[in-house]
Amino acid sequence: MTGYKVIGSAVQRSDALGHVTGRTEFFEDLNPPGLLHLKMARSERHHARLAGIDTSEAEKTKGVVRILTADDIPNNLFTPLKLIGVEPDDEPILAEGTVRYRGEPICAVIAETEAAAYEGAAKVVVDYEDLPAVFDVEEALREGAPIVNEHQRTNFFTYEGHHCRRIRFGDVEQAFAQADHVFEWRYQSAPIEHAPTETTGCIVVPQADGRLRIHSDTQACFFTLDNTALILGTPFNKLRIVGGTVGGGFGGKVDVVVEPVSCVAAMLTGRPVKFVYNRREEMQVSSPRAAERIIIKDAVMSGGRITGRQVTLYVDSGAYARHSPYGTTKAAAHLPGPYAIPNVWADCHCVFTNRTPSSAMRGFGVTIADFALESQMDRIARALDMDPLQLRLINAYRDGDLTAHRKPAEGTALIEVIQKAAEMVGHDLPAEFQEMSSWQS
Amino acid sequence: MPSSVVNLTVNGREQEFLARPAESLLTSLRDRLGLMAAKRGCAQGSCGTCTVLVDDKPVMSCLVAVETIEAAEVRTLEGVADGERLDEVQQAFLDGFATQCGFCTAGMIMTAEALLAENPDPTHDEVVEAISGNVCRCTGYRAIVAAILDAAGRRK
Repeated sequence: MTGYKVIGSAVQRSDALGHVTGRTEFFEDLNPPGLLHLKMARSERHHARLAGIDTSEAEKTKGVVRILTADDIPNNLFTPLKLIGVEPDDEPILAEGTVRYRGEPICAVIAETEAAAYEGAAKVVVDYEDLPAVFDVEEALREGAPIVNEHQRTNFFTYEGHHCRRIRFGDVEQAFAQADHVFEWRYQSAPIEHAPTETTGCIVVPQADGRLRIHSDTQACFFTLDNTALILGTPFNKLRIVGGTVGGGFGGKVDVVVEPVSCVAAMLTGRPVKFVYNRREEMQVSSPRAAERIIIKDAVMSGGRITGRQVTLYVDSGAYARHSPYGTTKAAAHLPGPYAIPNVWADCHCVFTNRTPSSAMRGFGVTIADFALESQMDRIARALDMDPLQLRLINAYRDGDLTAHRKPAEGTALIEVIQKAAEMVGHDLPAEFQEMSSWQS
Repeated sequence: MPSSVVNLTVNGREQEFLARPAESLLTSLRDRLGLMAAKRGCAQGSCGTCTVLVDDKPVMSCLVAVETIEAAEVRTLEGVADGERLDEVQQAFLDGFATQCGFCTAGMIMTAEALLAENPDPTHDEVVEAISGNVCRCTGYRAIVAAILDAAGRRK
């Protein structure tokens, strides 16, 4: 290779020398004098009214400095994508009157030591009045289901006045009526936790000039800065984020969860405050990849051509929106997969349940949809006794095909990728399939 | 219960400090001595990010009560390089792109140091066995195993 300075040569990672010498500074490698520790008293119920919160025993715990409740947070309600126009604010920093999932933060206990903060948090007594809870996306959408989040008003996220993200392209009913076969199958995934080795956390250090310096392992420094400023009701320039060094993220550190309450704690005490999840919290309350349920119904001709595809997709957002409305939009944008299907109908629902809020994770919205779509392709091939690669080649989109989103496909390469993969694994394709091309003549 | 005085030799330097009852070696290293290379990933002995050497043996420092290792020799990642000169394991990790987020790296390198000190010519499977207690959630294991084998070669 000539003419390239970087391609073809090994370039050392800019952070690797720090990693191999132990000199990389992760947020928790800071130990400012006077550091206080924050730990949460969390909901033990899935859905309940908070009839009372008694912090008197917790306050008497040796080392406990202060306990925060919702009343201490200047603007307690938020939603992380607010600054790109997503509404409504639906999630409290600390629970206000109601808890909507098990593990939801209720009180923040600030103490001289981690042990004292844990002890104080364990002594917070919460009087719960249980409310009916719903844990299944389809049950949540049934009439009469308990409303999970009053701020959303319904158990689904509303997209520009619609109850879901929709695709309407061609006429699937006509395709089903004229098809040689109709195949309908259902796919389901569980929530998946990112499990970074470094848990979610931050250290907030008040500065002499009145600013707050936030050392965080967030993957989203600017979401964090903007949202925290809105929650605190301060100008953006009163906050400074020191970040970018993340001990494993995978999308799990995109939410804004530890910084706002830590900033309030640092402001009210005038001291540095650390709030870091323990492993149990990372597994239980940090947002996972959403569970999804996907039902695909296909109209298929005997030669393998798919003439219609109907998809009903549910994303379990948990109790709050976070990034799931965006993930659901991504799912809708990804359907019906990389195939030229003339009739497509899809309803993609972002559903609220009393489960841990889900959010971003590697290709969220797309990954599970692909699992369902490609499983569907394999099952159709099996049902028709066809080679699964040939089935995909027959249906693959080509440059110039109109997608279900009414855009001409461009830069397509599925056919070439399948041909190359088949060659590499010694999977014989008949000549007509080897001659196919993504570039239509 | 009162704190107790603990004496350790850490990276060749004698250290004397006060430790709370049942304080972990990891807490002493990080909070008392300011040695931050060893990480707290799980605090329950399942991830290996806190691995250091105690009398040449790799241990998960989050599980060791520091008062129980009085007078021990402790080695952390900070004590591996000779000034700015990296040792073979560090250099092999650097050259072999065996770091990603970097959070497991200190534990991985210390485990590798212990392995190579005891077995200078390990097989692939012996390396895998040695790092089986160290989690790399970025799942960069192939590069890590290759780097450790490379380091063994460099020491020959």
